[in-house]
Amino acid sequence: MLITHDSDRRLRGEDIPSREITDHGVYLNRRAFMAGAAALALLPWGREASAQGALQPLQASKSAAYKVQDALTPYKSVTTYNNFYEFGTDKGDPAAHGASLKTRPWTLKVDGLCAKPKTFDIDELLKFPLEERVYRLRCVEAWSMIIPWIGFPLSALLARVEPTGQAKYVEFTTLVNPEMFPGQRRGLFGFALDWPYTEGLRLDEAMHPLTLVTVGLYGQVLPNQNGAPIRVVVPWKYGFKSAKSLVHMRLTSEEPKTSWNKAAGNEYGFYSNVNPEVSHPRWSQATERRIGELRRRDTLMFNGYGDQVASLYSGMDLKRLY
Amino acid sequence: MSYRGRIALKAAIWIGSFWPLGVLLRGFMTDDLTANPIEYVTRTLGLTALVLLLTSLGMTPLRALLGWSWPIQLRRLLGLLAFFYVCLHFAVWIGLDHFFAWRRMWEDVLKRPFITVGMSALLLLIPLAATSTQGMIKRLGGAKWRLLHKLAYVIGGLGVLHFLWLAKKGRTTPYYYAIALSLLLGARVWDWGRKKLAPERVSQTKPSPPLGERVG
Ligand code: HEM
Repeated sequence: MLITHDSDRRLRGEDIPSREITDHGVYLNRRAFMAGAAALALLPWGREASAQGALQPLQASKSAAYKVQDALTPYKSVTTYNNFYEFGTDKGDPAAHGASLKTRPWTLKVDGLCAKPKTFDIDELLKFPLEERVYRLRCVEAWSMIIPWIGFPLSALLARVEPTGQAKYVEFTTLVNPEMFPGQRRGLFGFALDWPYTEGLRLDEAMHPLTLVTVGLYGQVLPNQNGAPIRVVVPWKYGFKSAKSLVHMRLTSEEPKTSWNKAAGNEYGFYSNVNPEVSHPRWSQATERRIGELRRRDTLMFNGYGDQVASLYSGMDLKRLY
Repeated sequence: MSYRGRIALKAAIWIGSFWPLGVLLRGFMTDDLTANPIEYVTRTLGLTALVLLLTSLGMTPLRALLGWSWPIQLRRLLGLLAFFYVCLHFAVWIGLDHFFAWRRMWEDVLKRPFITVGMSALLLLIPLAATSTQGMIKRLGGAKWRLLHKLAYVIGGLGVLHFLWLAKKGRTTPYYYAIALSLLLGARVWDWGRKKLAPERVSQTKPSPPLGERVG
């Protein structure tokens, strides 16, 4: 069941009215830079935007149904404060080392328990009807952002491969390539994580209309540090569930092993639904810092998506199945 | 070491230890404290405190290693600067991170081991800072004072544990601090063993004088 409340009006990503995108300045500024304007020195955005080079703009319809009303997190924060261990463990590492990732050619294999397994080329994936959705992102580390993602429902992709009746879960796998991902190299104390990075969802979670295959943000293709060229976004779960730079999705009958669960099972469960009542062993999850704000906010159950997803978990003990 | 040499060294320590504060101040002025300024400030202050703490712990082994006496004269200054940074670190946690949400903070102190340990380190630092003056050394007497200030090693240990426990898996920075602390403790043990085994050969290194005893 797919909900399509989107307006028919199709907007180019970069034409989204500026009142709706707080940091429209970044686009103007990038253009200014490319035109060689001297505005660079005046606008703090210039350096960041130019360091990434021009990113390909994406056309996407604006989803009215999936739009959080809070102010967007500035583009600069969204693209410089990232957890993406493939590039290193510090939050500045992904922006610093992102350039080493080559996102072309790129394919995504979707197989496992399905009738029509298929390997999609990235350009084929970009042809799915794209929509812009403004979601909350809540990191397990108790900070949050509001991000205008661009993508399409995972259910649309899975429909193409026709999952069989035995399929109960989907496993996501991130690219392994230590040349492109310096964080995947062995360090003095071993590997940061057991590569490849894997994540997973129950099939009903994966088919939920909120679950987004994501190819862009802020009107353009994903910057490398945000999981280019293709990732998932599961807004009611902690951020690490939204696996990045995917090369493989596999339909399975058993609960997939997930990276953070393997690394520290007492801290990160398979479900990892945002839940203010279940604290991380080392810190409380009751509050969060919205990036750009001074005071903490109360964290919302299911990150504020309870109306839409709570029924997936009825009868489950969320304290035990964290 | 000459008088001028000592002054130069102390000046270097003052400048060096206020550098991180200057960096934070500049970042504040230019709005360049990363996307999460409170986290960044907390971390910078905590890390500086730990570096200063371990550096002050390094002075005694340094003297044993080099046979020079000047490192001992820097211990108090380094220790007090560490205390200063821990206080700032703590103040940011109270005033900015938690905005005086006392109940939540108290829960964290009780429930989150890394906070419990950091809090213990802070509390233990207070008597050391309070007894760092010449007058207090005299009042306590050298032996008692030395025993009390052995707590510095415990505090160093708690500081490193705090870091190890707060860091997420895969982050290796705390390991380097743990190694540094182990080396410092190892040096003390080695020095102690050396004196036990051949007291006549190492008699030229006297036991640690209290902080500041030879200052000036
Ligand atoms: C001797 C005392 C202490 C030392 C040496 C110390 C040192 C540190 C260090 C090295 C860090 C990590 C920096 C980094 O991530 O790069 C840190 C973080 C932190 N410390 Fe402390 N600390 C001390 C006491 C305290 C106290 C008393 C509290 C609060 C009650 C506290 C709360 C925190 C918090 C909340 C963080 C940040 C954790 C995070 O961002 O993940 N610390 N501290």
